[in-house]
Amino acid sequence: MSCELWRDWIDAYLDDGCTPEESAGIEDHLNTCTACAAEALARLRLKNATRIAAADRFVPAPDLRLRIEQSIQNPRNPISAIPFVAFPRFKFPVLTKQWKQGLAGAAAALVLVVIVGSVWWSRSAGRQQALAQLLDMHVATLASSNPVDVASTDQHTVKPWFEGKLPYTFNLPVLDGTPFKLVGGKLMYYRNRPGAQLLFDLRKHQISVFILQDQPGLTPKSLGVATERQRGFNEETWSQAGLRYIVIGDTSAADVRALGDLLRAAGRQ
Amino acid sequence: MPHFASLYNLAFWLTQDRATAEDLVQETYVKALKGFPSYHQGTNFRAWMYRILRNTFLTTQAGLKAAVSLDSDDVRVVEPATDQTPEVFFLTRVEQETIRRTLEKLPMHFREIILLCDLEEMNYKEVGLALSIPIGTVMSRLFRARKAMRLLLAAASQGAKA
Repeated sequence: MSCELWRDWIDAYLDDGCTPEESAGIEDHLNTCTACAAEALARLRLKNATRIAAADRFVPAPDLRLRIEQSIQNPRNPISAIPFVAFPRFKFPVLTKQWKQGLAGAAAALVLVVIVGSVWWSRSAGRQQALAQLLDMHVATLASSNPVDVASTDQHTVKPWFEGKLPYTFNLPVLDGTPFKLVGGKLMYYRNRPGAQLLFDLRKHQISVFILQDQPGLTPKSLGVATERQRGFNEETWSQAGLRYIVIGDTSAADVRALGDLLRAAGRQ
Repeated sequence: MPHFASLYNLAFWLTQDRATAEDLVQETYVKALKGFPSYHQGTNFRAWMYRILRNTFLTTQAGLKAAVSLDSDDVRVVEPATDQTPEVFFLTRVEQETIRRTLEKLPMHFREIILLCDLEEMNYKEVGLALSIPIGTVMSRLFRARKAMRLLLAAASQGAKA
């Protein structure tokens, strides 16, 4: 198949709209064709740039939510009078005291569900955005000709390199006897705070590990280890000793989990 | 009210007007509340909400006007005189504002499908549900929308150079 035909498939591949077989075929081609690989990277960058540019572009007025809630409750509002055939007219019976108490309880429960749902969704959206930004950093690192600032497989070289650059320290695992290999690390900034990005190799796949000071917006501590799958990448995040760890890679979830286990064990030492 | 900020953002992108977007979001919640029994559990709730929002918009005067170009590729740009792909030479220095302006220039049906896919990260099936179109149409429209966007970005890049 010619490059022109393969390029028709790149969008579907980046949108996760291909079957596993189609994805494998495209990946094989991208591995051998630098022109199409560059095109795929450019399209991925445009896709990510679009998301960042369009997200939260327009913010509702502070009182809009309240106005809508009031209009929904106000029967005289013309909007409330819009007929909807799927919603049958219902004549309410005269309510007894027990009914009223029951309905009041149900209403309170409904309000609670709405609040909890809204909070959950809001936190979830914020977390998704945070993880998406870190995923973008991982992809950009892989595309860079200088992916790390300190290149070494020796943990005793990489860890000391961060001294004086970060307001905290962390432990790196001993990787002897494991399939993982330390590639190096670099200083990164997230939400105006410095953090460490470490790069690991696993059977020619690159895995990023971000170590940041814990802050709101990433996975809440109470969730413990959380896993995600986003745009074909597996991610795992957890909080330990005031630090937030995020592992991102295109390897299997089990491989990401294995590296996470090694880091968690090192963090407990 | 779930998805409130996200729906408002999409409504503004769709209407390009604050007051219209506010009315649209308000009417969407009213209709969603009344029509909730018709929502099928297990299907994408955001896609369902967006479909209500979009159908409501298309019944307004502004929506009818926007819908006129629904099946056309009417994006009048001069293709850049270069062999490079638009993104390669443009994204190295593209600003967020340029992308926003480019999105605003796209016809509504192109803008919304890019936003649903790239911003809302809906899969093709969910986009199809939101827009009431088959998956094949989702893919072809998305392809044309992104091509139009790349051409507009390339034209903007060449305009900036000149």
